[in-house]
Amino acid sequence: MFQVRIHGRGGQGAVTTAELLAVAAFTEDKYAQAFPSFGSERMGAPVMSFCRIDDKPIRTREPVTEPDVLIIQDPTLLHQADLFAGLTGDGYLLINSAHTFAKLGLGEVAARHHRGRLLVVPATQLALTHLGRPLPGTALLGGFAALTGVISLDSVTRAIGERFTGNVAEGNVAAARAAFDFVQDERKALSDA
Amino acid sequence: MLRQIEGSQAVAAAVAMCRPEVICAYPITPQTHIVEALGAKVKKGELNAEFLNVESEFAAMSVAIGASAAGARAYTATASQGLLYMSEAVYNAAGLGLPIVMTVANRAIGAPINIWNDHSDAMSQRDAGWIQLYAETSQEALDLHIQAFKIAEELANPVMVCMDGFLLTHASERADIPAQDQVDRFLPPYVPRQMLDPADPVSIGAMVGPEAFTEVRYLAQARMQQALEVIPSAAAGFSMAFGRSSGGLVRPYLTGDAEIIVVALGSVLGTVKDTVDELRAEGMRIGVLGITTFRPFPVLAVREALGTDSRLRRIVVLERALAPGTDGIVTADIRMALAASDGRPPRAPDALVSTVVAGLGGRAITRKSLRAMLADTVSGRLGPLTFLDLDTSLVSRELDRMRAARRSGPSAENMLRDLGITASRVS
Repeated sequence: MFQVRIHGRGGQGAVTTAELLAVAAFTEDKYAQAFPSFGSERMGAPVMSFCRIDDKPIRTREPVTEPDVLIIQDPTLLHQADLFAGLTGDGYLLINSAHTFAKLGLGEVAARHHRGRLLVVPATQLALTHLGRPLPGTALLGGFAALTGVISLDSVTRAIGERFTGNVAEGNVAAARAAFDFVQDERKALSDA
Repeated sequence: MLRQIEGSQAVAAAVAMCRPEVICAYPITPQTHIVEALGAKVKKGELNAEFLNVESEFAAMSVAIGASAAGARAYTATASQGLLYMSEAVYNAAGLGLPIVMTVANRAIGAPINIWNDHSDAMSQRDAGWIQLYAETSQEALDLHIQAFKIAEELANPVMVCMDGFLLTHASERADIPAQDQVDRFLPPYVPRQMLDPADPVSIGAMVGPEAFTEVRYLAQARMQQALEVIPSAAAGFSMAFGRSSGGLVRPYLTGDAEIIVVALGSVLGTVKDTVDELRAEGMRIGVLGITTFRPFPVLAVREALGTDSRLRRIVVLERALAPGTDGIVTADIRMALAASDGRPPRAPDALVSTVVAGLGGRAITRKSLRAMLADTVSGRLGPLTFLDLDTSLVSRELDRMRAARRSGPSAENMLRDLGITASRVS
């Protein structure tokens, strides 16, 4: 079982991101479960959402405490207590930011982790460019596909196509593709280095 | 058709395919997505039903009663305080024998106000005369609604389908959405046993005095006895028609040789089963009994499931609700089932029954906590009543305050302040 925890702020689409990830996994005939952290929904409040992906039916319903992937939708959450709770050295970490780990003050976290599994993606900028709105979720899913290989970029774009139509769908697909390419380039640069 | 779908949307799809003629809706978290989706279907013309926005939950159930008495297939949904607010009408629906189907998206009851999941709401109405079915997954919630209309109409008795708020209503998972013609074959059009019809006038809801009240109530009990046959038969018919098993009275899992059996209702069963698989792999003989039908309480089915092996030593009843002053709501019924109420010798006479109150007001029930609790069960450290993951230091601090000063203030707000969570404080 592959487990994902997404941290964001109310209104940024953390729940939609988890649901799109589940649909993307479903299109690959995998079992998936996505659910929010069930707080009172308020714009700007810290929120969490979860997604599990497996080849067999998923029965457990507890929150994801030991994520294989942590996605941080909002870099202003980075210094919140327990944000990285349960993430092991082999886990994947994807942060929405235009800055480096060092500049984000995460040098220590980066040192503890498998370097090839930690990436920063300027998802909000990509969303603004391609979608015209600061909603980083679909760009992060494109980055997720490139970083983990657990689902393909095609599945992400199919999930987007099921949820949205017209310009909104196109913008989200373009943001996901751009982030996918960005992460692939970053990984290549890391492995070349 | 298989879909990755939110639990509420899956249930709305199922309810729509049952062709309800009247849907009355008053929004309350976490039920709202269901009636919103049904409202959208009516507005788009996909569902030919009267969709009524009513002014309260009391009105929602009252409108459902009126609609059902006029011969319409009626549906509504609610949760928590909403269920309490309609309680008087909930009893009336059952007393009148009207086959209304209602979803309860289970949520805690205040005070303190809490929007998260537990079973306090449905449990508070357990004696209202409604059949209560509890869903383990979104798929089962979907399936149970289709079965619920069939059961309700066959018996002329309302059915409450209980699904865990948020945990099922707001979770996206895989569900097989049936085709309309499959549902139509399983669920024929509603033929009312009683109906308000200007062409053939009758009274429904007359006052009944001591001369016949007991007899009318006796029939309510008789309907519940009949339900114990109708519910498994609906589940069997469903399985034949849709090719998957869901519903019924109880769901035993690895109980055959179990020394410990955990009894639970609703969506926690998945987490419990995962825990049981882990413990089985470590050599513990443990099983699970899921209670799908809580009202009527399936005494014989529970006895059979709990009593097949004399090795059974401990029964742990996981309760997602608290009845202060008792040792557990479901526990009382389990004890009743184990006792020799039908003249046969008691089942598992040496088994100790413990109550574990868990998951109140949205607290997560984790495998880690379940494992620790079951380790205590094996070692004999589990007491008769346990609150899973209770923060004893938080409780102690408040008890200390109450001892130290008469005017210690509101406990809930004091405890939130201890946790560093803002509580309203004037000045």
